[in-house]
Amino acid sequence: MRLHNISLGNIRRRKAKMIFLALGLIIGISTIVTLLAITETMTQEIEERLNKFGANIVMVPKTENLSLNYGGIDVGGVNYEVKEFEQKNLGLIRTIQNAKNIGVVAPKVLGAAKIKGKKVLVMGVFFEEELALKTWWQKKGKFPDNSGQLLLGSAVAQVLGAGPGDTLSVDGRAFEVSGQLLPTGGAEDNAVICELESAQAILGKPGKISMVEIAAFCRGCPITELTLQIAEKFPNARVTAMKQAVMSKMQSIEMFKSFSLGVSILVIGIGALLVMVTMMGSVNERTREIGIFRAIGFRQTHVMQIILLEALVLGLFGGIAGFVLGNGAAWAIIPLVIEKGVFTGINYQLGGMSLLMSAALSLAASFYPALKAGRMDPSDALRAL
Amino acid sequence: MTDHLIEIHDLGKTYASGDSRVIAIDQMDFFIDDGEFVTIMGQSGSGKSTLLSIIGAMNRPTRGQVCVDSLDLYELTNEQRADFRSEYMGFIFQSFQLIPYLTVLENVKLPMVVTGRKNREKNEMAMAVVERVGLGEKAQRLPDQLSGGEQERVAIARAIVNRPPIILADEPTGNLDSQTAGEIMELLRTLNREGHTIIMVTHNSDMEAYSTRTIQVADGRIRRLASGV
Repeated sequence: MRLHNISLGNIRRRKAKMIFLALGLIIGISTIVTLLAITETMTQEIEERLNKFGANIVMVPKTENLSLNYGGIDVGGVNYEVKEFEQKNLGLIRTIQNAKNIGVVAPKVLGAAKIKGKKVLVMGVFFEEELALKTWWQKKGKFPDNSGQLLLGSAVAQVLGAGPGDTLSVDGRAFEVSGQLLPTGGAEDNAVICELESAQAILGKPGKISMVEIAAFCRGCPITELTLQIAEKFPNARVTAMKQAVMSKMQSIEMFKSFSLGVSILVIGIGALLVMVTMMGSVNERTREIGIFRAIGFRQTHVMQIILLEALVLGLFGGIAGFVLGNGAAWAIIPLVIEKGVFTGINYQLGGMSLLMSAALSLAASFYPALKAGRMDPSDALRAL
Repeated sequence: MTDHLIEIHDLGKTYASGDSRVIAIDQMDFFIDDGEFVTIMGQSGSGKSTLLSIIGAMNRPTRGQVCVDSLDLYELTNEQRADFRSEYMGFIFQSFQLIPYLTVLENVKLPMVVTGRKNREKNEMAMAVVERVGLGEKAQRLPDQLSGGEQERVAIARAIVNRPPIILADEPTGNLDSQTAGEIMELLRTLNREGHTIIMVTHNSDMEAYSTRTIQVADGRIRRLASGV
């Protein structure tokens, strides 16, 4: 027979009261778990959506000249001394420290070529990578699937009077037009797009790359750090983070985090108050018992230990039940509140945290009632007999 | 200091009640020797239960001294008095006051929880006492599965399990029929003959016959100090 037998005996005897006490913890913990699971899914959803907006890092050759182009209007005859990249060095991008954060790497070669006597912008790409980035591209016909096909930008198609199924001669080489892009409002409206290798051959730039667009998954990774790591590998490149996209991504995530933190603090506060009030009530109800304990020789610390042991057991129970309930609620709620949202699965680390939090909360909230019980004067308690 | 087991000097206790003060104990002086069976008798509100709680190191007097074994109880800290109660006193409360969610055996073991005894020793001592009061067969029952007399026996077993020299009993037969009350008083008398000093508070004059001495209390003062049977 030890002190814990008394605590467990009391829990067994006052089941309804103890369940009510644990209920405060269960609701608190399950709310936090549900909220975190929803926030996690929302964060992933937003990230996924934002990542579909395309590249967030652009790598271009370093130049001393400034571009005199705004909104597609070129206002100056600036001579570029372009130092292009070697295609064979592209693999270096995936050797940076944060390589796991690198998603799509889409290299391009750019240059001018003549079609039907008109100078047009030719862009060579790897279609698989390019289409992974430009998920918003819509087309008539189909995207090229071999090096003998090309894709026309909407403006080019109009100027050349060509469309899917036509054959065009680009600097004397015949290409089949497999498809035509619908207007995007971007630079591709004015370009003829074909496989990288074909473009390099037309433009006389074998093995050369004019620019690289990179999509980095930036959750928890500093985008500036990524650009610096890439720039280290390519001393002749200017690597720029498209901060607007990144910042909006981070802001959205931060906003959700702040929201869930605020609600969590509120719920924890209410839970702690509930536990304290219930535990205080329980101590008052047990005045008689505490009086007996003190009369037969229990010290203040013994009485406190009994109350705190009960709080610990209830805290652990509340933590487990709250975690299970919270995950269940998240599983049920997420598909209702997030379009195409799927519960991300049980986070065992969060489970451990829930247990610790619930136990700590229960102990902290029960400390004052335990102190009050310990300090109870046996003669006062016995007068209640 | 003295040869007496318990010595009480100039004891006084007043309670505040709103703006007025109520005198519960006033100028009491007496002693109790080792091995006595003392009955404190008096009407309800006479101060007898307050006196018992003061002797039991649970209720600080407003003035005066309570010495047990030459130890001034109210010179001790709260925690030292708790240790003193554990070692010196066994309490039999009015209406049994058993812990309802603990079995008979667990209730009896309760005072031993805070002693340094090993579990095995606790079990053996508690079981021996439970058998001594005739409840060996019912050791695993809960208090509400016992009769009033049996619950009183559990309360007595709990009071003696630590083998304290002094047993304090507050109206131990107040809730029992006369036959069961007689059995309980016989048990207390046996314990007294075995060496326990017993101080019992009662308003029932029939119980006086079991004690060696009676202290009559009225209005917080001692009215009579008489020898018993």
